[in-house]
This record gives sequence, C-alpha cells and structure tokens, in this order.
Amino acid sequence: MWLAKAKDSVKNIKVNTNQENGYKGIIECSNLSFSYESGMEILKDITFTTREGESVGIVGANGAGKSTLLRILVGLETTYSGEVLIDKIPVSRDTLAAVRAHAGYLFQDSDNQLFTQSVYQDVAFAPRNYGLGEEDVDKRVMEALNTMGITHLKDKQIYKMSGGEKKMASIATLLSMTPDILLFDEPSIALDPSNRRTLINVLNRLELTKLIASHDLDLILETCSRVILISEGGIVKEGPAEEILKDKKLLESNHLELPLCMQGYTPFKGGSGEN
Amino acid sequence: MAINMAKITDAIFAVHELEEMADRKLEVNKVHPLVKLVITLAYMILVVSFHKYNLPGLLPFILYPLILLKLSDIPVKACLGKIRGLLPLLLFIGIFNPIFDSAPYVYIAGIGISGGIISMVTLFLKGMYCISASFLLIATTGIDGICYALRLLHIPNILVTQFLLTYRYITVLMAEANGVYQAYSLRAPGEKGVKYKIWGSLIGQLLLRSIDRAGNLYESMLLRGFNGEFAYIKKTKAQGRDYAFLSLWLGIFAVLYFGIKILI
Repeated sequence: MWLAKAKDSVKNIKVNTNQENGYKGIIECSNLSFSYESGMEILKDITFTTREGESVGIVGANGAGKSTLLRILVGLETTYSGEVLIDKIPVSRDTLAAVRAHAGYLFQDSDNQLFTQSVYQDVAFAPRNYGLGEEDVDKRVMEALNTMGITHLKDKQIYKMSGGEKKMASIATLLSMTPDILLFDEPSIALDPSNRRTLINVLNRLELTKLIASHDLDLILETCSRVILISEGGIVKEGPAEEILKDKKLLESNHLELPLCMQGYTPFKGGSGEN
Repeated sequence: MAINMAKITDAIFAVHELEEMADRKLEVNKVHPLVKLVITLAYMILVVSFHKYNLPGLLPFILYPLILLKLSDIPVKACLGKIRGLLPLLLFIGIFNPIFDSAPYVYIAGIGISGGIISMVTLFLKGMYCISASFLLIATTGIDGICYALRLLHIPNILVTQFLLTYRYITVLMAEANGVYQAYSLRAPGEKGVKYKIWGSLIGQLLLRSIDRAGNLYESMLLRGFNGEFAYIKKTKAQGRDYAFLSLWLGIFAVLYFGIKILI
C-alpha cells in the first residue's frame, strides 16, 4: 500500500521540485529517538538544525548511531519518535518521494549504490524515475558526470570499475537528482589516498548542504565547518569542527582520537617492535 | 562428500560478458528490443510447432541463429560454449523416445530409422534452436531491453519487475556465494570443495547475506525514485529500419515454413 502511495507521489513530483516550497538544504531534527522492535535504543533525543549549504560532520565510535541517523533522514527508517523535517517536509511514509527528491543518500558500500550495467544507466536511473524526457535525462547525467569529473566513464561497465571510480559514480547518481542535501555514510571508506583526496576536493566543491558521517576525522576537518559528536545514540557535543576535533580528551572519552594532522610527528621506529 | 563452487567466478563472468555483448554498438544491437523479442517469439513458436517426425522441415531453421550469430559477431563456438550446459538436458528429454517408438519410420539406404530416433533428434534440434535464439536475444538486447519490450507488450509491470529483480538477485547471490566460498577455502587449505558438515551454516549465511545485500540494493532504488514502475533504459520508438528488420525475418520464416510444407 505504501508503495502505491509512493508511486503516486513520485508521479506528482516534477523536476527541480526541490525549489517548490522555497526551502533548500535545511535539516531539522527535534527530540529524535529511535529504537528497534527488540527495544534496543539506537538514538536518544537528537536535536540539531543545518543551514543552507552548510557542511556538517557526524562523528562517533562504531555503533554510535551515525548511519541510523542518516537512514532516518531519508526515510529508510520511519518508526522514530520526535520530529524530522527535510526542507520543512516531515519525514514519514507518506512523504518519502518528496523527501528523497530533496535529499540524496550515499551508501557506505558503492556496490549497494550501483546496480545497473553501466555508469550512464545508473546515473540516469533517478531522472528517468522522476519522469524526465530522454533529452533532459541525458543533460542531467552529463552534468552529474561532469561535476564529478568522470565523463570518460560514461559507458564503462560497473563491474570493471575500481573502488575510487565506483565512489565517484555513486555520488554522480545522487547529483543527477539535483538534491539540496547530500548525506554521506563513511564516504572515504576503502579509498586509497589519491581517491580520498579527489573525494575531499569534490565534497568541498559541492555547494549543497552536506551531512557527512565518518570515522575519518581528517576528512571531516577538511570538509566540514561544524561537527556533531554522537555517543551511544545521543549528542555529546556540537560545535565548530576545529574546536571539537582538537579536543583530545573529549575524543578519547568517546572512543575516537585526534585527526592525524593534529597528532604531530612521531618518528617511525620500524617494524622491530622496539619503542 | 564435497561441493565444488570454484565455477562461481566463471558464472559471474559469463553474466557480465553477456551484458557486455548486449552493450556493444553493433547494428543488430541497435534494433528495437520489441522487434527482436517478437522475432524471437515467432521463431520459437514456429520451431516448436513442427511435427515430431518433421526433421527435414526443421533443418532450414538453423539459418536464423547462424545469421544472427554472424550479425552479432559471436563465434558459433562461443555460443555453443554458453549453452553447452543445457545440451545433456535436451538429450535426456528425448532419450527414451527410441525405446517407446521403435517402429521404422523411414528407410535410408535400406536401413530403417525408427520414429523414436527421428523424434529424439527433432526434439533436440527444437531445444537447441530455442536456446540459441534466447541466448542471441539476451546477447544482442540485454535483460533491461527485454524487460522494456515485455512492458511494451503490456505484460504486467509486477511480473516484469519481478523478472528483472530476480535476474539481478542471481548475480548478487553468485557474488555473495563467491565471497563466502573464498573466505572458506582460505581457511581450509588443501580441501576440495566444501565439507558437507558445514553446508547448512554456509547456505544459511549465504541466504542471509544475499537477502541483506538485495535489501540494500532495493533501498538504493527506492531512494532514487523507484516506485515499482520500470524505468531502466532509454525509451525509444521503433524506426523504419526496425520494421524492415521485422518484416524481413517474418518473411523468411513464412517462406521456410510454408515453402517446406509445399515441398515435402
């Protein structure tokens, strides 16, 4: 039944719907709590807001609730309590299509994001679903590929791509939806230094509201102006990225450590086991 | 007792290879998917409709797969390689015919050939033709194209989507099976295949992992506006050359079918 509703709402969504209600890139979470049916509490009383074009880092140890928070924001989990608004649209089963036209979500594993044969087909998947004509689909796809600098991969078979290429293509699949908000779940995972650097440059170039959940605190420091530290499902601290990420005591008490660039140089002693 | 799963990688490669074949820019690949589907269906219906003893009538129909192999630049050997797994099954289907139908049907150079042997060969050929035609349809159109054509034929969306997702699930399942098998074999040096004692947990794990993975893929589709309606490939209309291709093949089939009936 909900799929039928989603079907109707997708049909009613036209391109660039994101500007229709006048709000762009605003996430509002008030007293958000989430538990699984088993009763296990994952998120507790989360409250925060993002401004248009802001880049916010969500940091926390494994199991802190970062991924769950992002999943709630795009409506992959809808049984939460509290209020979640994406560009003033409440996230609920009835508004999924509208919410998802405003916010794109990047999976941790690119193999979960890409499911068609070629890059072009995958990037074109969303515009086609939103009922665009083939000319507009092509325009959207080429724009997205161009933004990511991967037009040369347009016809490449996905199974032949490297991890870095897949990550860039995955982001392009979101950009073709022209969202106002992008949610990244561990975007730098399994990337080599060069691809990670490319990713950081891309993230800094995208003038959208970004919520980046990651353990890669160096990446967060380079891409986010504000950080929300989560531990055991609750917000521990929120503030400017530099302020939070240089607080060694705070990070260590939450199973994190200073970003490498703030740790200072430690002479390498080799692999002999001597200290 | 052990099972050898080392062929999984080959199977995954074969699926990707088929998709790659369909993605080529050959003229036959550019023909509208609906046209190719209609031609294939017409061919299969005609071939299957031949009487079990009408072997001479069936023989000229080999033209279609041969010409299509040429057009799609696929060597006969490669095609046979792809479908060889089904050949024993085809042989098995008709293997008892010579026993149950042993009366001579025709004499060649004084030697009586039983109806059972003729019907067995006919059955084998029908199967071969149909499998080759299906293979060539997939290799020149791709699963997405075939699904698009099925939708144009007004096959219910739910069936087409189910078919497509099942196809995608098979590759996910194979990829997961490959991962599980590799993880197992790395910790079981010197063993051939998988010990039967751990089949249960291995298959259970495989099922759970593949369901989880398929769930993620489905979520990814939903997040990008998938609403149960098929929108995978570029929607195109058949052009003049597509109709010409269709007319040509239907004409050839008609000539072969009725011509042979007149001659024999």
